[in-house]
Amino acid sequence: MTIQLLFFGITTDLIGNSSAAFTLPEACSVALFKVLLIEKYPQLQNNSSFAIAVNESYATENEVIKEGDVVAIIPPVSGG
Amino acid sequence: MSNISIKITSDKLDLQTCYQFVEDASSGGIAAFIGTVRNDTDGKEVTKLDFSTYKPMAIKEIEKIARKALSDFDIKKIAIHHAEGLLKIGDIPVIITVSSKHRKAAFSACQFAIDTLKETVPIWKKEYFSDGEVWVNAHP
Repeated sequence: MTIQLLFFGITTDLIGNSSAAFTLPEACSVALFKVLLIEKYPQLQNNSSFAIAVNESYATENEVIKEGDVVAIIPPVSGG
Repeated sequence: MSNISIKITSDKLDLQTCYQFVEDASSGGIAAFIGTVRNDTDGKEVTKLDFSTYKPMAIKEIEKIARKALSDFDIKKIAIHHAEGLLKIGDIPVIITVSSKHRKAAFSACQFAIDTLKETVPIWKKEYFSDGEVWVNAHP
């Protein structure tokens, strides 16, 4: 299945893009997604403290990603 | 919602707007936090800042903070406005105003709101120096 990836903050610079399509196995957990993400984008390895948001909400490791979901890579925030 | 005002904007933030929104006849006071762009980080001179946001999610997360402040503290109204885009030294990236019957709740809710915003809201700050640029907090 295909999902849309969004990158923010330092990860846009590391990836060189703010979005990408990504292919995942069916019923992929957020934990597995993170492993596959770093396989595809090894430049994120040293910045692995990022959080994952699915459809604009922070996701837990066990959450299952579905076809068409929008998955955002959220590096440490620094607003305010 | 009539007791919550949320905004993320590339326009200049306006304290008067945030103040007027929380004005309330049954309140005994208004607390405000105004963030300002500091001219140095660890002794290095900052020339400007660029705030980027994941806007739809940032609005949702700010709304969660405002709702929690209203449920956990005895306050009347809360406004949380945040800037995006390029800011200069002295510009205002964030304004939070809170009204309450008694002052303690307004101070506490205001502190809760800015502390939580800095932890959870997907907004990122890039600092520009004369010799380069750095994403703040990117390497904790």
